Amino acid sequence: MKFLRKYMDRVKPQFMPGGRFEKLQSVYDGMETFLFTPNTTSHSGVHIHDGNDLKRTMITVVVALLPALLFAMYNIGYQHFLAIGHPEAAGTTMFVYGLLAMLPCIVVSYVVGLGIEFIGAQIHHKEIQEGFLVTGILIPLIVPINTPLWMVAVATAFAVIFAKEVFGGTGMNIFNVALITRAFLFFAYPSRMSGDAAFVKTDAIFGIGQGNVVDSFTGATPLGQIATHVGDTLQLNDVVGTPITTGDAFMGLIAGSPGETSMVAILIGAVILLVTGIASWRVMASVFVGGLAMASLAHAFPTPAYAASMLDPLAQLCYGGFAFAAVFMATDPVTGARTRIGQYIYGFLIGVFAILIRVYNGGYPEGAMLAVLLMNAFAPLIDHCVVSFNIKRRLNRITTK
Amino acid sequence: MLSKKNKEALFNPLSKDNPVLVQILGICSTLAVTVSLEPAIVMGIAVIAVLAFSNVIISLIRNTIPTTIRIIVQLVVVAALVIIVQQFLMAYNYDVSKQLSVFIGLIITNCILMGRLEAFALNNKPWPSFLDGIGNGLGYAIILVIVAFFRELLGSGTVFGFQVIPQWCYDHGYENNGLMILPPMALITVACIIWVHRARNTELQEN
Repeated sequence: MKFLRKYMDRVKPQFMPGGRFEKLQSVYDGMETFLFTPNTTSHSGVHIHDGNDLKRTMITVVVALLPALLFAMYNIGYQHFLAIGHPEAAGTTMFVYGLLAMLPCIVVSYVVGLGIEFIGAQIHHKEIQEGFLVTGILIPLIVPINTPLWMVAVATAFAVIFAKEVFGGTGMNIFNVALITRAFLFFAYPSRMSGDAAFVKTDAIFGIGQGNVVDSFTGATPLGQIATHVGDTLQLNDVVGTPITTGDAFMGLIAGSPGETSMVAILIGAVILLVTGIASWRVMASVFVGGLAMASLAHAFPTPAYAASMLDPLAQLCYGGFAFAAVFMATDPVTGARTRIGQYIYGFLIGVFAILIRVYNGGYPEGAMLAVLLMNAFAPLIDHCVVSFNIKRRLNRITTK
Repeated sequence: MLSKKNKEALFNPLSKDNPVLVQILGICSTLAVTVSLEPAIVMGIAVIAVLAFSNVIISLIRNTIPTTIRIIVQLVVVAALVIIVQQFLMAYNYDVSKQLSVFIGLIITNCILMGRLEAFALNNKPWPSFLDGIGNGLGYAIILVIVAFFRELLGSGTVFGFQVIPQWCYDHGYENNGLMILPPMALITVACIIWVHRARNTELQEN
């Protein structure tokens, strides 16, 4: 560490005004504060704060995402070997396959997103914010594994510029940046984002996992099967046609967007977020309550025309991106509601809309993304209502005496 | 013929006082008719024609219109002109008139028209009013064409219906952007044009 500190101090003058690289000062600042705690303190007034800054918050979220990320890598490999008829392949081989499949997407998302943030910071002579650390890892987790990399690059660039930078950068965005990336892909390239070819990687990577897919392979996710389902009884299958249960969906060895499949991995992440106090338990819990309420309501009137209404309420929460959205998307403190009562309402409505869209809108097999984006737009209104209601109540209290 | 004031009436709306970019009028039809270039150009010409002639007519009778019913009179004039344009289009370019569907009829409600009639034609002589109508119509049409160019190029890979993105790109994985066909992207395209326009004309920037 010492040698790193010495090196940073040695090159510092070149980045200060008047130095050779003065234009890159914000890059230097970003690197320095990323590596070391700033050694400047505030000089005037009283400041109360703990050591939790934006960087640590972001790193904690990334740590919370690691279980989902690691499981995603394993599951991509597992689905691949299942599809080519070798589910008995070694776990490490599956993991390496998944790692190699996901790595390009992670690299593209970070290079494009951070690149734009760096350029933006240079233009405005501002410090580089760390907001993209989490977004950069969320994007590969919610984008189908077969999405072409140039599409990921275009969508990331669009989301960072139009959902974040134009609003003023980190902490000022109205919509969740990672979800805007996914929404952009979803509406711009619909054929790549749904259907049977999107979610299971079937070709070999560097010679790993060579083989032809078995005849019974479909590649449809459980929610994809529900969307095209006809008939009175609902039986969901994995990618090669073997029946699956809700337990399988809870464990996560099913087809889907990389990060969303495993409830277990997501719940580990949820525990990390809640124990460290990064995410609001009010939002998280009320999303699940809202989802459960709407799912129970739908399940009370099972209609074959809306096949998802035949799913058990608890199963609804395990399939698709619902849990991932509840834990990592709805709890985004920037785009969500901030008042306590507001957080209950905000979370509950996300849960309700996610299931409502999933069950009753045939065009969208999964509604979690749209539900969170919709409620992002309403979060300021909810907060406004809660605050003005509170003011009214307290005014009444003092005036009636 | 083209005094300084008349020149201003004709050329200001093209950039400095553009009805779409600066006054943010006529956004609705800008979103609706710009999926491809051909209907956008036809729409632009239709608006230029209606705007120029309604400006002239209103300007000619401006001293005889009672102020209390002036909006109704303006609407009648505009509606008559719009119907003429609509019939003309159906007679000579039926396909495009099908594509534009209700939006030719909705020129009546285009804010640019009412705005120019109220703000200019009621207080000016016919010739300056004519130039003002041409100018504002052109300003609107230019934006329509720019937006439609980008939407058609990125959304369908064509310009005027001719494929300009080579087949080679499609063979190597390029795909048309479906979002460009949808209205939200038209709004974002207009926003980008406004962004560039304000960046170039610093006096238009609000604090």
